[in-house]
Amino acid sequence: MRAQRAGVRKPFPILFLLVSFFSIASPARSQVTFDRLLNSAKEPQNWLTYSGDYAGRRFTPLDQINTTNVRSLSARWVYQTGATGKLETTPLVVDGILYATAQDDRAFALDARTGRPIWMYQHPLPADIRPCCGHVNRGLAILGDKVFLGTLDAHVIALDTKTGNVIWDVVAADYRTGYSFTVAPLAIKNLVVIGVSGGEYGIRGFIDAYDAATGERKWRFYTVPGPGEPGHDSWEKDSWKVGGAPAWNTGTYDAATNQILWPTGNPSPSNRGEGRAGDNLYSNTLLALNADSGTLNWYFQFTKHDEHDWDATQVPVILDSGNKHLIAQANRNGFFYVLDRSTGKLVSASAYGKTTWSSGKDSEGRPIAKKEASPTLEGHTVCPGALGTTNFMAPTYDPQTSLFYVTARDQCDIFSTAPQPYEAGHAYYGSAYFPSEEAEPYRGFLKAIDPASGEIKWTFEHTSPTWSGVLSTAGGLVFTGDAEGNFIALEAVAGKPLWHFQMGGAVYAAPMAFAVDGKQYVAIAAGSAVYAFALP
Amino acid sequence: MPKSVLIFMFVGLLNIAPAPADDRNPFAGDAQAAKAGEYEFRINCALCHGLGAHGGGRGPDLTRAQKKHAHSDGELFQVISNGIPGTVMPANGTNGQGVGMTDEEIWQIITYIRSVEVKAPAHPVGDPAHGKQLFYGDANCSLCHMVEGKGGRVGPDLTGVGGSRTRDAIIDSVRNPSRRLAWGLTESTKEFPQEYETIAVVTAEGKEIKGVALNEDNFSVQMIDSSEQIYLLDKDKLRSFKKSRESLMPVYKPDTLSDKDLDDIVAFLTSVGTR
Repeated sequence: MRAQRAGVRKPFPILFLLVSFFSIASPARSQVTFDRLLNSAKEPQNWLTYSGDYAGRRFTPLDQINTTNVRSLSARWVYQTGATGKLETTPLVVDGILYATAQDDRAFALDARTGRPIWMYQHPLPADIRPCCGHVNRGLAILGDKVFLGTLDAHVIALDTKTGNVIWDVVAADYRTGYSFTVAPLAIKNLVVIGVSGGEYGIRGFIDAYDAATGERKWRFYTVPGPGEPGHDSWEKDSWKVGGAPAWNTGTYDAATNQILWPTGNPSPSNRGEGRAGDNLYSNTLLALNADSGTLNWYFQFTKHDEHDWDATQVPVILDSGNKHLIAQANRNGFFYVLDRSTGKLVSASAYGKTTWSSGKDSEGRPIAKKEASPTLEGHTVCPGALGTTNFMAPTYDPQTSLFYVTARDQCDIFSTAPQPYEAGHAYYGSAYFPSEEAEPYRGFLKAIDPASGEIKWTFEHTSPTWSGVLSTAGGLVFTGDAEGNFIALEAVAGKPLWHFQMGGAVYAAPMAFAVDGKQYVAIAAGSAVYAFALP
Repeated sequence: MPKSVLIFMFVGLLNIAPAPADDRNPFAGDAQAAKAGEYEFRINCALCHGLGAHGGGRGPDLTRAQKKHAHSDGELFQVISNGIPGTVMPANGTNGQGVGMTDEEIWQIITYIRSVEVKAPAHPVGDPAHGKQLFYGDANCSLCHMVEGKGGRVGPDLTGVGGSRTRDAIIDSVRNPSRRLAWGLTESTKEFPQEYETIAVVTAEGKEIKGVALNEDNFSVQMIDSSEQIYLLDKDKLRSFKKSRESLMPVYKPDTLSDKDLDDIVAFLTSVGTR
């Protein structure tokens, strides 16, 4: 039972602040069009999508803060959200205004130079929501004069960018049966694309697209195929009805092929394969969907018939190598995959952390599970553990170093499984897992991977595993946070730490960068606050 | 944290958290509810309290009829809902990794716990009075450990350990202190508590310091040595920094501390910890 929080329920515009802001800062440009989102690299002062661009790279072309001056970086402002729990948001910044979210479905707009709020909104949540893994939210999408929020009670909401007023509010699914949204949506053309959470509850996962203007649902792709659909036979009997395959992290968009590349999570129950014999499509899969219709172009399933909760929901990153059009993902199962993004064919798969579950590859080159890796009633140790080699923490790809940077952890768990009947709205794991005592202590890293070879170019070891994402910059830096509350800048080429700042709370968010009035900032959420840093 | 602060926090928490409409377990004695509670227990509780509720490395044995923080079903409901301030027991739905539980599921878990409880033996093992003598005397425990405000500071305070750890876990930590290092500081937003790791450094001036970590991050370490001196150090200014999971606590083998004497010490800790 949770105490009700006395939150701000109504947005309240502070008009005089807005007026003074515009008189000082450069005048606001026109609305955020699809064209601006497509060409985000042309306006590096802004951060227009969850990953900063449609490619999922989380790279900023800003280079004012660089390897030679980063030692002078200092905190410019701190915004306290008043929320508790894990703060996972990545802010957006458009023309001097920062938009972000916090736990319990808060959204707010700040003067990006000062951190002073312009408006605040909190969605009224029912008392009986029970989302997995905290009352978290990872951010907003922006299009036109609206920002878009997915909520823990499975609403999709459009807020006015200038006031935080609710423009439309639609219900996507019934939260009482385990559906929720924690993801930052992605705006494409006139659509708001969003994937559902709830793989712990035996949901039937989906990815939705809503008309940004009206909230009307334009298409839905069920990540578990129904009767008569291709892939339906990958489920035993009626297991598809509660098959899970949520889509709780933001995907990417390839304009050249008009494809949304969106990853999915675990089949349900997460740690019990008995009763759902088959590959369990499209769980733990990268889906390539036609952006206009939501129809499936191709798919690649990373972990077939998963029994370890290894969601493949990590941000898939678009990158090109010579004339090869690729998409790369550092997967929760411990392997780094590179695919051809036109066809979905696997190019390479290489371990980037401690893995014991696979000893071979299939004819396509995909790592396959050892039979003895399956959970048992008594339980036995498998690496990576249930939290994976990586998880939701956003990676980055730096086109200057051609390296892919990802937060990784070495942790093995004892996986146990037991039969469990499905009951709507009740957690449905069919399992328990424990830290393995025989295994080494948990270790956390930032790793720089060469996507061309799968080779790890450098490793920076944290004091303990972190949930922070990573940002790379044209200034030759990568930024990340740690569980001990440090925000850290490292050399992108060699991984040497150059600067750090103690923020007083663990990091569960990913950094981003923006500029206002010619000054570059780097921002990150930690503890209960959002921090912005700049040179003096 | 002073006990008075803990009590204040706990009372404060109870004041703001809505109590269940009825603090009687609607499923008391219901075998079907106990089975459902077992599923929930595996998902939500077994990580620390072990499969079968026998206690894991971190959480107490819940099959023991006498519990430190809750006696009635209503009190158990409060503890599961709100957590136990000052301990790693989280409030329902706030540990950030699992799912939250409904009131119904919490009652089912309580029903399950009640179904696996065993009564304490009529004659508890060990002599607590002799154990106390050993603790503060020949066994040298109090050189590093405090109980109820008396003793050393280098090791963890053991006042509550008899209520929060199983007998087997306490015995194991005396016989094999490095097998599972004790948890120290727990930070509210951090996934893992600090452990009692052994730290050995050489300062820029050449001074060698050995002790245990009070806290550590990538850039600094806060440690205490055997003379209870606290050192606040920047790693990049040290000549060397070594961290080890070999506990500073000596291994007590049966030839140094007999099984009977160890039972007496455990009886002393249990008498204090479950008070």
